Amino acid sequence: MTTDAATDATPDAVPGAMPGAIPGATHTRTLPKLADPDAPLLVVEGLTTYFTLDSGTVRAVDGVSFTLEQGQALGIAGESGCGKTTTALSIVQILPSNAKIVSGSVKLMGIDLVPKSENALRRYRWREISIVFQGAMNALNPVQRVRDQIAEPIEERMGASSAAARKRAGELLELVGIPRARGSAYPHELSGGMRQRAMIAMALACDPAIVIGDEPTTALDVMVQAQILELLEDLRHKLGLSLILITHDLSVIAETCDRVMIMYAGRVAEEGPVAEVFERPRHPYTQRLLAAFPNIHADRRTLEVIPGSPPDLRDPPPGCRFAPRCAFAMDVCSVEVPPEVTFGRVRVACHLYPADGSIAPEVRAAIAGAESPDVIGVDA
Amino acid sequence: MTAPFAPVTPAAAHASDGDGPATLVELSDLKVHFPVYGSVIDMLRRRPAGFVRAVDGIDLTLVRGEVLALVGESGSGKTTTGRVIVKLTRQTGGRIVFEGKDVSGLWSQNELRAYRRRIQLIFQDPYETLDPKQTIYDFVAEPLVVNRIDSGEGRRARVISAIEDAGLRPASDFMNRFPHELSGGQRQRVVIAGALVMDPDVIVADEPVSMLDVSIRTELLRLMLDLRRERGLTYLFITHDLSLAWVIADRIAVMYLGKIMEIGPAEAVIRSPRNPYTKALVSVAPSPDPPDAGTRAQRTILEGETPDAAHVPTGCRFHPRCPVAFDRCKAEEPPLFDLGGGQAAACWLVEPGQLPVVDPPGTAAATTTTPVTDAVS
Repeated sequence: MTTDAATDATPDAVPGAMPGAIPGATHTRTLPKLADPDAPLLVVEGLTTYFTLDSGTVRAVDGVSFTLEQGQALGIAGESGCGKTTTALSIVQILPSNAKIVSGSVKLMGIDLVPKSENALRRYRWREISIVFQGAMNALNPVQRVRDQIAEPIEERMGASSAAARKRAGELLELVGIPRARGSAYPHELSGGMRQRAMIAMALACDPAIVIGDEPTTALDVMVQAQILELLEDLRHKLGLSLILITHDLSVIAETCDRVMIMYAGRVAEEGPVAEVFERPRHPYTQRLLAAFPNIHADRRTLEVIPGSPPDLRDPPPGCRFAPRCAFAMDVCSVEVPPEVTFGRVRVACHLYPADGSIAPEVRAAIAGAESPDVIGVDA
Repeated sequence: MTAPFAPVTPAAAHASDGDGPATLVELSDLKVHFPVYGSVIDMLRRRPAGFVRAVDGIDLTLVRGEVLALVGESGSGKTTTGRVIVKLTRQTGGRIVFEGKDVSGLWSQNELRAYRRRIQLIFQDPYETLDPKQTIYDFVAEPLVVNRIDSGEGRRARVISAIEDAGLRPASDFMNRFPHELSGGQRQRVVIAGALVMDPDVIVADEPVSMLDVSIRTELLRLMLDLRRERGLTYLFITHDLSLAWVIADRIAVMYLGKIMEIGPAEAVIRSPRNPYTKALVSVAPSPDPPDAGTRAQRTILEGETPDAAHVPTGCRFHPRCPVAFDRCKAEEPPLFDLGGGQAAACWLVEPGQLPVVDPPGTAAATTTTPVTDAVS
């Protein structure tokens, strides 16, 4: 661990070269030491994070695995308490003090971050993985000018001179659509959309490989949200960024992501390409979640209600955690944890899909013809 | 004017049988201008440097039994409009008529009490509405205590029925609990129970489900629609989310910077919006359908944000951001033009006698007569 910390302390980027780094679309990234250039960008395997409360242990994240390839955007969706934010916080290990990664690995370019010391992790936060939070007003320092807040990590983490860092901060502001001159503003002088842009500029400060957005557009107006999503899309292509978007809003994922991972009660229900999962959801929970989402392009008042509520994660049900609310639950569901089955590029954890990949015709018919009696509406 | 909107509900049917007038609330030329002072001296001398025109002259009718969604972004004046209707904010101009009676000047405590028995407000955030140290029973009973309505068993029965109607059944499981012991969805049900206990005619709901998860949101919307049927309620549903309005409302009114830009039956406003602002909002409305090249091209993402209501642009207040604005828009403010079928839009392009104007490439609809969403659905 000590050797790690020592090597991590040496900056591996030349400060003078930095200002030019941003506009180039395909600049060569300086890999961290020990990085395996052939390994996928981020591989999370069996990630398990528990919270310790007086009343028991909350199994917030329980064996989550996924891979993020270079340049990809992965959306992690689910309702409150499904573990999506805990998953994100576990990746960069900025968990609350009562939370702990119990097992699993988070491999960034082949380097496992889980066993790293706090000091060693500083090498990876900001510079390899940065995070944009929901409430820009709470995350920005109210008494510091926006430009200086963006320059700070550049100075501290990359060892740039104060002048170079401020110059870079100005460039970043322009990159996210804030006029350079507005950098001298304090956060309260900016509108909500501008503040969120400033947060994104800050996340990009050290030219990270991965940006994690935790509900990055949730508190914004629809039109401003559309602007921010357009910006993220644009930045992805310009900078070759890899994104992880955490949100309960499926429309945000439909809009910006290549892949989507649906989580339920600390586990992965379904994961795959956005178009495929949203158009042909296989997991009953994904189906219900999509049907509960108001869609202006669909018929009015066909919103579904998912009966029941998510389980208490201090004492989750054995077997499939969605079984108590699932319309298709079978005997096996409340006993055995469903294994993950892959269909091409989609993986699903559900007993309806036997491990050999075949679905019994009657089951297939049942799933396809699933109609909920719980349909909202006065006209019904 | 009101007949085409009247939804087919038991409540509306009652209305036509003569159980009170069909028009429940009527706002005419309603204005709320908040003064802005340059200095404390100016404030003491009551010499404002300017006015924030939060609500700037709107006409709106709420028909008995309907759900009218008031949709707009931050700063559109939708919340202020809601507050004026429940008389939490004083209007600076215009009239509020409730059941044919002018209530604009009604401000004495007694009159307000009587008025608020009929019209209730639900806020977005149940955490702020609920007192953490008050049991559910006490919270729901409070309006009855304050207004000295009923007592003893009668009051208790009323509270229990409100709690159960809000979907917290049996009430005995919930009424002695505290807010922190409930889930977010249950808390919002408690807030609804607090409104129901007064047995109001109208509920003004300001973003009632915005903080909730999708599935819980749906349950609450369903509850609201069920309550409308069972209790003959009328809703003013204030939201920034057009897709929620689409799901719940009979009619939708779109506000921008203190004015109504478009109003009409939900189907008309969503499927064939006529005002460019409405078109843009519809084009960016959240949808779980992954966009293809076609939907992307149809999208109109407006530049900038809603301007400050202290500096309302001249002419049409939307013209600086409007993709199809022309000279007249900068100078003259368009009125709401009646488009038939209950739909009306404030835009010079829909003025009767205007030729259909082709939008520039990259904007929402091809012509003013083609529904924007045809290609999407």
